[in-house]
Amino acid sequence: MTGQTLIHLQDVSKRFVKGKDTITIFDHLGLTIPAGDFVAVMGPSGSGKTTLLNLLGGIDQPTEGAITFDGARVDTLTEGQLARWRAHNVGFIFQFYNLMPTLSAARNVELPLLLTAFGRSERKRRVEAALSLVGLAERANHYPREMSGGQQQRVAIARALISDPKLLLCDEPTGDLDRSTADEILAMLQLLNREMGKTIVMVTHDPEAAKYARRTLHLDKGRFTEREMVA
Amino acid sequence: MRALNEIAVVTTICIKSIPQRFWTSLSTVVAVSLVVTVLLAFLAMAAGFQQTLRGTGAKDMAIMLRAGAQAELNSGIVRNQARLIEEAPGVLKGPDGKPLVSPELYVIVDGIKKSTLPADGDLKKAPRANVTLRGLGPAGIAVRPGLKIVEGRQFNPGTNELLVGRALQKDFVGFNLGDTVKLGNSSWVVVGVFELGGSVFESELWADTPVVQDLFHRQNVFQSIRARLTGPDALGALKDYVANDPQLKLDVTTEAEYYAQQASRTSDLIQKLGWPLAIAMAFGALAGALNTMYSSVAARAQEIATLRCIGFSGTSSFLGTLAESLVLSLAGGVVGALFTWVAFDGLTGSTLSGASFSQIVFTFHLTPAVALQGIVLALVVGFIGGVLPAWRAARIPIVEAYGTP
Ligand SMILES: Nc1ncnc2c1ncn2[C@@H]1O[C@H](COP(=O)(O)OP(=O)(O)O)[C@@H](O)[C@H]1O
Ligand SMILES: [Mg+2]
Repeated sequence: MTGQTLIHLQDVSKRFVKGKDTITIFDHLGLTIPAGDFVAVMGPSGSGKTTLLNLLGGIDQPTEGAITFDGARVDTLTEGQLARWRAHNVGFIFQFYNLMPTLSAARNVELPLLLTAFGRSERKRRVEAALSLVGLAERANHYPREMSGGQQQRVAIARALISDPKLLLCDEPTGDLDRSTADEILAMLQLLNREMGKTIVMVTHDPEAAKYARRTLHLDKGRFTEREMVA
Repeated sequence: MRALNEIAVVTTICIKSIPQRFWTSLSTVVAVSLVVTVLLAFLAMAAGFQQTLRGTGAKDMAIMLRAGAQAELNSGIVRNQARLIEEAPGVLKGPDGKPLVSPELYVIVDGIKKSTLPADGDLKKAPRANVTLRGLGPAGIAVRPGLKIVEGRQFNPGTNELLVGRALQKDFVGFNLGDTVKLGNSSWVVVGVFELGGSVFESELWADTPVVQDLFHRQNVFQSIRARLTGPDALGALKDYVANDPQLKLDVTTEAEYYAQQASRTSDLIQKLGWPLAIAMAFGALAGALNTMYSSVAARAQEIATLRCIGFSGTSSFLGTLAESLVLSLAGGVVGALFTWVAFDGLTGSTLSGASFSQIVFTFHLTPAVALQGIVLALVVGFIGGVLPAWRAARIPIVEAYGTP
């Protein structure tokens, strides 16, 4: 079900300098994620889960080591190149949805397409398709404040999908939702992984959420301890 | 096109978020509008003043003052000089064949402005303002073809009768038709009110030359000579004639130029007061704008970081934030200009003219060019108040997209 390597971290170290102190989050970490994988990342608070997502998503750069995506180095890209790389290859889903409160659902979903060459009518068509995929076609003109948390997260998923990236990065995507809504969202992510072949890396505190992934990585003191999950 | 889409949507997000910071945004708009109002009030005053003085001078009227006098107040001319000018070339003759030459007397007297009248109406307590009393004869009327007597009649020669300018009559106490007025030690009767194309003359009192000379002890002395010219080229001939006669140590210029010079001196002064005051206030508004925009950037930090995460550039955050600041300051500028227009445009004021030392009544005039200066000042405040916060917006770390909103 999973194919060739999509992401490879080789000897990646990440250190933060805080005043006189240097905090080492990762020390020569290695990780391979094949295309089509769905990885849950668990671990205590402060163990570096978000930092890992930042490295995978080209938001932060490693202090040492190499990160390749689809066979190409991303750790050597400039800030502007990284922004373009993110726009094409990565969709982000956040714990608090991060929708623009002053834009309608459709306009929120359209945002990544504004960075592409698509014309207005093509953008409209794609936004409609993405919204119906997450079951919110009727809510296109609603504003975030008019929607429930689960609905907002579905809009956020549509936004993450709209430019058809290979990789979805989710930081506690159900952390702010009740159980049944969380299950809906997780089932949707699972569907995207299985039916559309999206590679997903999801940070979560919730063992129930982790069950939707193909495997779970436990992060502790900068090291992985992997346990295969039956999906 | 892509970059434009990107900038357009970030700008929309920024501007649409203004109501979320309604009060601080409103305070910026109000502060900017106050600055613009102060500036425009001064500039409208300068423009109105200039318009009044510009409207005063005729191009085919020569005015002659003692050499170096610069203004009628400082000038002195004797009767013989006036007689020599009557024989000068380039001077137009009236229907009766007499040259249109008017030697005029210029005296400053006291008046009381209606606006400074104490609440109890006690004239003794009211501050005095300088008013021009011009002594002239029938020739003075003849050289001013635009003159209209709108109430009463012309003064009779040899009497203590006054003709009052329309603007002066409106602005000052006690110059209605039939009123008796005390000027210096003498009593006068108002017999007529005149209009003269909205010019400075409408801020003057006119009376018969010999009577004024007598009552103010200025026997045989004048301050200026006006002469109607045969045409625009005639000024040169008149100047040559004056230059070649050692008895005529006079400066010759057209009345239009004379008043234009007076106008620019005073309106320069008004602008020199208005601009520094407005700029000092602009610094206060700038502090407000900076505060508003920094709080806007702080409030939108997560939105900006999210956009950056999606792949938007820092440039679009910079421009969007700058646009928000410019929109607020533009709103302030427009409100200020509208307020000035409603409150001041057409309002009559009077001020001491720099050169004549007497009150000139004028109308505030908010021209489009003046309004534009106010808008530009507002945009400068918005630009400076927006650039630093916009720079911060562009530098927000992308990792701020995470965490609680
Ligand atoms: N930009 C940063 N500067 C300094 N320290 C940081 C920065 N980002 C994260 N850290 C530190 O790195 C550690 C891991 O953070 P994080 O990846 O957010 O952990 P998690 O998401 O697992 O809770 C924490 O101790 C945090 O304080
Ligand atoms: Mg975290």
